Formats: sequence, C-alpha cells, structure tokens
Amino acid sequence: MNLITPEIGLIFWTGITFLILLFLLRKFAWKPILGAVEERDNKINAALNAAEEARKEIANLAAENEKLLNEARAEKDRIIADAKKTRETMISEAKAIADSEAKRMIETARASIENEKNAALTEVKNLVAGLSIDIAEKLLRKQFENNAEQQAFVKKHIEDIKLN
Amino acid sequence: MLFSKFFRFNALSSLLFATLFLLSFTPSRASDAPASTDSTAKEEFNITEMILHHIADAHDWHLFDVTHEDGSVHAVSIPLPVILLTEGNLDVFLSSGFHHGHSTVKKADREYAYEHGHITELSGKKVLDFSITKNVASMLISVSLLLILFISAARSYANSVPTGLARFLEPLVLFVRDDIAIPNIGEAKYKKFLPYLLTVFFFIWINNLLGLVPSGANFTGNIAVTLTLAVMTMIITNINGTKTYWGHIFTPHVPKGLWIIMIPVELIGVISKPFALTVRLFANITAGHIIILSLISLIFVFKSVFIAPVSVGFVLFMSFLELLVAALQAYVFTLLSALFIGLALEEPHHDHDHAH
Repeated sequence: MNLITPEIGLIFWTGITFLILLFLLRKFAWKPILGAVEERDNKINAALNAAEEARKEIANLAAENEKLLNEARAEKDRIIADAKKTRETMISEAKAIADSEAKRMIETARASIENEKNAALTEVKNLVAGLSIDIAEKLLRKQFENNAEQQAFVKKHIEDIKLN
Repeated sequence: MLFSKFFRFNALSSLLFATLFLLSFTPSRASDAPASTDSTAKEEFNITEMILHHIADAHDWHLFDVTHEDGSVHAVSIPLPVILLTEGNLDVFLSSGFHHGHSTVKKADREYAYEHGHITELSGKKVLDFSITKNVASMLISVSLLLILFISAARSYANSVPTGLARFLEPLVLFVRDDIAIPNIGEAKYKKFLPYLLTVFFFIWINNLLGLVPSGANFTGNIAVTLTLAVMTMIITNINGTKTYWGHIFTPHVPKGLWIIMIPVELIGVISKPFALTVRLFANITAGHIIILSLISLIFVFKSVFIAPVSVGFVLFMSFLELLVAALQAYVFTLLSALFIGLALEEPHHDHDHAH
C-alpha cells in the first residue's frame, strides 16, 4: 500500500465511523457533560450572586440597625433633655407659686395684724380716754368743793389770759 | 517540569549508552564473520521495507513472527475481514484465506491475489477494497474506547457531581471548550461546533496513543484518515461560511482587474487549509513512527545486541516525545479546525483587519 495514496476503503470506514461517533458522543456524552457543567457554572454564579446579595443585605441591615440605634439614642437624649427641662420649669414654677403664695399670706397676716393692732389701740385709747375723764371728773369734783377755791382758780386763769 | 526532568535523565543515560556502544562495537565486529555468512543465506534485512511495512495499513493484524527449526519464518497474525466490491459483486472473506500472499482466494468467477498489501483480481477486474483493515479495526477499538469512556463519564453527571473518570475527562473537555473553541470561534457561536471539535480532538488523541502501542496500527499516520478528517473540517467551515467569508473569496478588496488572479488564489486558500491539516497530522505521526522504527532497526543494522541499550534508550526518549506529540497534534488539528471555522464565521466589521 502506497504511503501517500489515500485508499477508498479507509476513507469510507473512517468517514462513516467518525460521523456515527460524532452523533453518539454528541447525544450521549457532550450534551450531558456540557449541560451539567453549564448548569453547575450557572449554579455557582447564582450562589455567588446570592452570597453577594446577602452580604449587601447584611451591610444594609447593619447600617439600618446603626441608624435605628442612633435614632433611638437621640430620642432618648431628647426625652431626657425634655424631662430635665420640664422638671426645671416645674420646679421653678412651683417655687414662684409658693413664693407668691407665701408673700400673699404674709401680706394678709401683716394686714390683719395691723388691723388687730389698730383696733386694740383704739380700744385702749377709748379706755384711757374714759378713765382719764373719770379721773378728771373726780379730781375736779374734789377740788371745786369750796367756792372760794373755784373763784381763785378762775381768777388766776383770767389773769393768765390778761398777761397774754 | 516532568519533561525537563526526564530530559536530564535522558541526557545522562544517553551518555552512558554511548559509552556502552563504543565498548561493544569492536568485539562484536570481530565475532561478526561467521554470523554474516549465515545471514547472507537468508533474506537481507531491508530497513526501508520493514519500516514502510509497519507504517502501512494491512489486511491482517500482525503480532509476531515465529522462526521454525528448519529456518522458515511464519507470521502470527489476527485475520481480518476482507470486503471487496468487484463490478457490483460483494465478496466477503477472512484475510487468512490469502495465507500471507501464498495463495489466492476464489469467489465465483473472481480470483483474488494478495501482493504487497494490495488485493488484485487476476483477470484484471477493477476491485474496490472496503476491507476491515488493521487501521479500521484499530479505529473501531478506539471508537469503542471513546464511547465507553465518555458515555460512562456522562452517566456520572446524572447526580450532578461527577465522579471517577469524569473528574479526569472534564478538564480536558473544558480545555477544548475554553482554550480552543471559545477563543477561536467566539462566545456567541461556539456551541454549534463544540461537539465536532471535542470528537475530533479525542478521536485523534486516542488513535495517536493507540498508534504508540507496540504492534498497534498507524491510523492517524495514514493519509486517508487525515484527509477524511480534514475534509470534514473543510465541509463544516464552508457550509457555515458567512457572506463576508465568501465575499473575501469571490469579491476580494482589490481592483477588479486583479480578480482574475485573486479569486483563484483565494480558492487555493480554501483547498490549502484542509491540505495543511491532512499533511501536518499524517507527517507528524508517520515521522514519529519512522524514527522509533529506525532506532530499533539500529540493532539489526549493527547486528549487535550490545547496541540494544542505545536503541532502547533513544526509543524510550522518542516514545515519551511521541506521547507529547500525540496530544499536541490532536490539539493542533482541533485548534486549526476551530480557527478555520472562526475565520469562516467572520462578520463584516472585521473587514479592514484582513489584508487581502
């Protein structure tokens, strides 16, 4: 057989066998293998994407949590500050009310004391006046029991007036 | 890395063998005289004939020769079916009927003789030989192996996690897909051609390897085989050729006056691609076989058994190289097929890249 002369028989068998091999391998080997590999690649890609998504989600959640926490903290601080302010205003208001009430009460007390004092003084004055009149009456009655003395007294007073 | 390691080892061993060779040469010459008179009586050892016989196709699968006590040599071989189409008559018989060319086979009015690997009809009728030759038988073995390997590998994908064989074969399949098909044909269109590329890659590779097995057939080193495969690539390339591809051939971007030169040149290009594929694979595999056979022949040329270590050393080296070549040539054939297909699929916007 010549080395570089292709033989019809070998061409025929090679051609037919190769085409059958191609058909069989394509159907029973390449399709399942490449299909499975592709499916696996897709699965891996999907899993990687999902992991990436999850990572992002977690990052988002963490950020969200952080935000919420900060908000809560701010809220707490605000509430505390508010409460402090309220307490202070309440205390100061209460103090003011108490002060004014005390002042008012003191004022009333003072006024009533004044009144009582005045009333007492008036009574004392009246009493003293009555007593004085009584005493004076008694004294005068005693002194003007004799006529002569009365004359003398009047004379003396008249003389005083003349001197003036 | 493995290869370079081997190479160093080989350099060392060949030095050793060369020394052995020098030592053995002189004494073997001295004792040659009686042996040579004996051998002239027999048929002179003809290297060219032996090598050509080994790389050629045959109608039986030769295993070894037995030399009988009376000096007669008898070949032991597996007979293969001979299928002949002579003027519309189909004749089928076993190649053992020829008794290695010592007798003829009679079928009705036709008498077949076997001479130097050729079957002729004695009355001069035209014979078409469709025999299951050694190469065809070897190919059928390789095809069975491929089917068993890949279909059983594909089965293990049923539960989506490949096991055993598939783990070894999958990287090879993906290599063809990712490093041959996709870069040359493109992501968009490669899927249609991948089954062909995969089949041709593993078909050539396994047949290259079977060719290295002692007494194996030189299947991929046969021009009929490489021609058939190359023509398949050519057919696939041309039936998938785009308008741009055919435009390059029949309306090249040159002044119209030059078309009379350019169109034949482009048409030669269509033919030269499969021709290159044919010759490259054929020549590489055949050359490798010739080198190995030549190195073994050294033993018979020098008629000294002491040359055997040198031959064996070099043959071992060549065999390792041939293992590499077996994979490499399968890769090159597939790569070029993918490249040619990719070129035929080119789209108009690539026009300016090509200096036609």
